Amino acid sequence: MDTASQTRTISLSVNGKSFSKTVPVRLTLADFLRHELRLTGTHVGCEHGVCGACTILFDGQSARACLMLAVQANGHEITTVEGLADGDAMHPLQKALSEHHGLQCGFCTPGMLTTLVELLNDNPAPSAEDVRIAISGNLCRCTGYEGIVAATLDAAAQMRAAGGRS
Amino acid sequence: MKPPPFSYHDPATLQQAVELLGQLDNAKPLAGGQSLMPMLNMRFVLPDHVVDLNGIAELSGISASADTLDIGAMTRQRDIEFSETVAWACPILSEALTYVGHRQTRNRGTIGGSLCHLDPAAELPTIACVLDARIEVIGPNGLRTIPFAEFPAGYMMPSIEPDELVTRVSFPLWPREAGHSFVEFARRHGDFAIVSAAAMLVVDAMGVITRAAVALGGVTAVPLRMPEVEQALVGHKATDETFRAAAELCRAIEAVGDVYVPAAYRQHLAVVMARRALEQAFARIGGASAKTH
Ligand code: FES
Ligand code: FES
Repeated sequence: MDTASQTRTISLSVNGKSFSKTVPVRLTLADFLRHELRLTGTHVGCEHGVCGACTILFDGQSARACLMLAVQANGHEITTVEGLADGDAMHPLQKALSEHHGLQCGFCTPGMLTTLVELLNDNPAPSAEDVRIAISGNLCRCTGYEGIVAATLDAAAQMRAAGGRS
Repeated sequence: MKPPPFSYHDPATLQQAVELLGQLDNAKPLAGGQSLMPMLNMRFVLPDHVVDLNGIAELSGISASADTLDIGAMTRQRDIEFSETVAWACPILSEALTYVGHRQTRNRGTIGGSLCHLDPAAELPTIACVLDARIEVIGPNGLRTIPFAEFPAGYMMPSIEPDELVTRVSFPLWPREAGHSFVEFARRHGDFAIVSAAAMLVVDAMGVITRAAVALGGVTAVPLRMPEVEQALVGHKATDETFRAAAELCRAIEAVGDVYVPAAYRQHLAVVMARRALEQAFARIGGASAKTH
């Protein structure tokens, strides 16, 4: 194995900011975000694609950051939970989660939020069933999911009333 | 770091990828990463080289002719799920995709990756099985095509060489008036199926079945085509009794058991799911909607 191909310099955008870093090629995107960029909002639970806590938006599409290498994000745009709020104004979904008991310990929350933001972009008027299917790959051990579903439906209604927001 | 050390290669063309796989020892191609990355993180696989196929644009794409649907190996599952071409030409594939993993994994996961991983409970291999898909593979000696019947060499083992890559999956199309169904039994939405069943049916104006294909996923070590069920259907009237009797033949399958699901329960489900798939395929003959959820 030649050591030369074991690190690489990557350039990417995270939450609208550009970064350039030299990273080991085997570093996962989740660890890159947490350890290199200190964006610890992206959580890691299982690190093998089961729990959904590490979900980020990769060019706008939800993906499990523990199942990607940081080098694969070269030239791409990442949004993490830290990038959802608009300055001090929380995303309507973030507000709704806090109002509907959509979180308790908060471990699953970043993955829930990124996944559901994508859902609401794709489908501004989801049914409760659509929401349940969308978060079928996100485990929550606290809420029983009901509050998360209620919050999503509420946020969707508010966003429709406000004329949509992505 | 979770994954073991390896060297990383990201060829921009298929040609470069084939050359790399031909030259490098102990190299693994990385497709959507939804199976290989967990295996790397758990260190079940220890490759010296990872050849990332995600930069090879020529490996993605969907096109349909009058009798075939062609899908590039690196086409994302989610792009297939939402493709109008697929929904029109091959609705059973669109239907099965809604069961594949979760939104986050379908955004990355590819059709070629799923077929090569060849989990017996995965949906895409079962569809490839029922439709007699042809798998196009490239290696140092050029292209070859493998009929799906010869594709599984054993449990989670496709019959391709370490220096070969799947480039394309071709699905021969059924007539527009065929009925189709994909059903599965899983504990939660998005889990691998305990048992899945896929069925295709053509029935003539007299109500007689003229063509049938039935495949089961999750029951045995590889996706299972059921020729004896198909024989019990073709030439018979499409009735509940015919479907029940044909599905009953699945009881003879030597199903696999594991710590979660005993073999006898899989065998029971095989019968039930085969019957449900046949009934639904028949009910949809003439082009009723595919989407169930
Ligand atoms: S940490 Fe990525 S899915 Fe669990
Ligand atoms: S809020 Fe604790 S895991 Fe979901």
